Amino acid sequence: MTTTVEATARSRSAPQRPGFFKRLFAEYGQEIVVLAAIVVLFAVVTMVNPRFISANNLTTIFSGNAYIAVAAIGMAMVIVTGNIDVSVGALIGVLATISGTLAVAGYPIWFAWLAPVLVGMAINAIIGILVAYARIPSIVVTLGALSILRGGLISVTGGTWITDLPSAYLIAQKQVLGLPVPLVFMVVLTALAALWMRYTAFGRSLYAIGGNAEAALATGIPIARRIVAVFVIHGAFAGLATILFATQLQVIQSTVPPNLELTVITAAVIGGVSILGGSGTVIGSTLATILFATIGSALIFVNVSAYWLRAVIGLLILATVLADMLRRRGRS
Amino acid sequence: MNVKSLIRHETLLALLLVVVLIVLSFQSDRFFTVDNLLNQGRLMTEIGLIAIAMTFVIATGGIDLSVGSILGLTAILTGVFWQNVGLPLPVAATAAIAAGTFAGFVNGVIITRFRVPPLIATLATLALYRGLAEGISQARSVRGYPEWFYVLGQQDVLGVPTQLWILFFAAVVASIILAYTTWGRTVYAVGSNEVASRFSGLSVEKTKLALYTASGFAAAVAAVIFVSRVSTTRSDMGTGIELDAITAVVLGGTSIFGGRGTIVGTIIGLCLIQALKNGLSLAGVKGDGTIMLIGAVLILAILASNLFERSGTRT
Repeated sequence: MTTTVEATARSRSAPQRPGFFKRLFAEYGQEIVVLAAIVVLFAVVTMVNPRFISANNLTTIFSGNAYIAVAAIGMAMVIVTGNIDVSVGALIGVLATISGTLAVAGYPIWFAWLAPVLVGMAINAIIGILVAYARIPSIVVTLGALSILRGGLISVTGGTWITDLPSAYLIAQKQVLGLPVPLVFMVVLTALAALWMRYTAFGRSLYAIGGNAEAALATGIPIARRIVAVFVIHGAFAGLATILFATQLQVIQSTVPPNLELTVITAAVIGGVSILGGSGTVIGSTLATILFATIGSALIFVNVSAYWLRAVIGLLILATVLADMLRRRGRS
Repeated sequence: MNVKSLIRHETLLALLLVVVLIVLSFQSDRFFTVDNLLNQGRLMTEIGLIAIAMTFVIATGGIDLSVGSILGLTAILTGVFWQNVGLPLPVAATAAIAAGTFAGFVNGVIITRFRVPPLIATLATLALYRGLAEGISQARSVRGYPEWFYVLGQQDVLGVPTQLWILFFAAVVASIILAYTTWGRTVYAVGSNEVASRFSGLSVEKTKLALYTASGFAAAVAAVIFVSRVSTTRSDMGTGIELDAITAVVLGGTSIFGGRGTIVGTIIGLCLIQALKNGLSLAGVKGDGTIMLIGAVLILAILASNLFERSGTRT
């Protein structure tokens, strides 16, 4: 499914001409590596246990992690500009609580979906302003925001779960044209964001800022405004991710998975977004999310103790990073 | 000029600490007692040791996110070496610390030999080391350490908690190294301008390798103290401690871009955070409210020091 979207996006971006594969690999090398890893993993695990590609398991792999992929899209944009956000996990927790509370309180469903997106944009606008205009490094601002949001979440909810969610609200459990909604969200948002970043002046300017801020300023790009904008967009994606996260179960827990922000950052980076800024695509970050999810599921199917899951993921992340560094060095 | 702005930040922070201490002592009679303050020192040692090493790492413009996982891994190994392998406890703890130090060395190799940015390298090993801790422990905890082992984490030497002495000596030695030795000055040079440092003949890679190894060592020592303090080992020990340590370092005036920072600043930052945590909880504020305040203090402190610096140095 995702593979076809990938392929069309790629053939559009790299028109047929001599040296096609060379150019393709030069431009999308990391994405290809991650995609290859997914394919190999699927092939191997399916040979060991054919039930791995049952519809049920595929739904778990793709839909259960779609919210991470959606959050990683915004994160990828932030990192492309040379910034970072370590508060997104706590933000998703806060937004989920807001959304769920509204839904239970009887507000219209569309409002319960819209609110996390708007609040996410507003909170990240403040973060963006502190980064762009007060010139505080983004890691410091978001480290502070992480504490504030996490503390705020626990003191407001007191650790209680939100239950009795109206069934119309639970969009992540529904289907569109026979496909799970989270999967559709993930594919559509990734495709739109990838096209936007590649073909619009605004999208290109993000790469310019991350690649060489001084040169970007000299060409007339309003850097500060763009950085605020990219954080606001990232907030909107965090809000969209929240809708999927909050509606996937019958309850909303008062916590998010531990280290969610690191998972999101890792997905963006493993997908090929350079932490130094200036390069990377959201296709890569979505593929990386799928890779992590596939690894997690694969371990269960080949009967590896779940306690080794993180070690295996860590080892694969490390291998991917080292392979990428060697590839980059070989090219230069 | 650089020194001036540094002093300014630390003085500002020290004043803030004094104000906080005064306000908190009015909020609760139990706050400003010797017992309570010493006990707080006990609680801050583990983060403190990590934050001292982190100051060096951040001063070179790097970062080490894997320290919490190294702490967890070392703690688990201490328990496993002692109970499952059957080594005597001092040998087990030493071997575990050696393993933790090696984990830091691996970080250094990945960063210096393969030129992986520190944020990515330690993000990957954060997952790897925590995963190893979880895999090795299989969610079993190790308890029942001999009584003497608790001297390290639960008892006093000369009326002061044992681990606070360790933190004190570590801070003094680290300050001297960072401020007065050639090697310490190399740290600042690398952080200010890595390329220029390399052209000046400084051994940039060796310095970094040593720093990440030291960071692993600090986390490993903190792990053994942690185990001794809480009498048990679990694989999730130290989760999130990296963010606490980084907050203390940055609050203490170390520039996240490198080239600037002192151990004194880090220690003041650390005391400020601990005082806020403790004082507010004694005054009846819930732990979550305290976390929020620490976040706000971090942002405001950097904002204030940015404003001061900009008004002081027009460039």
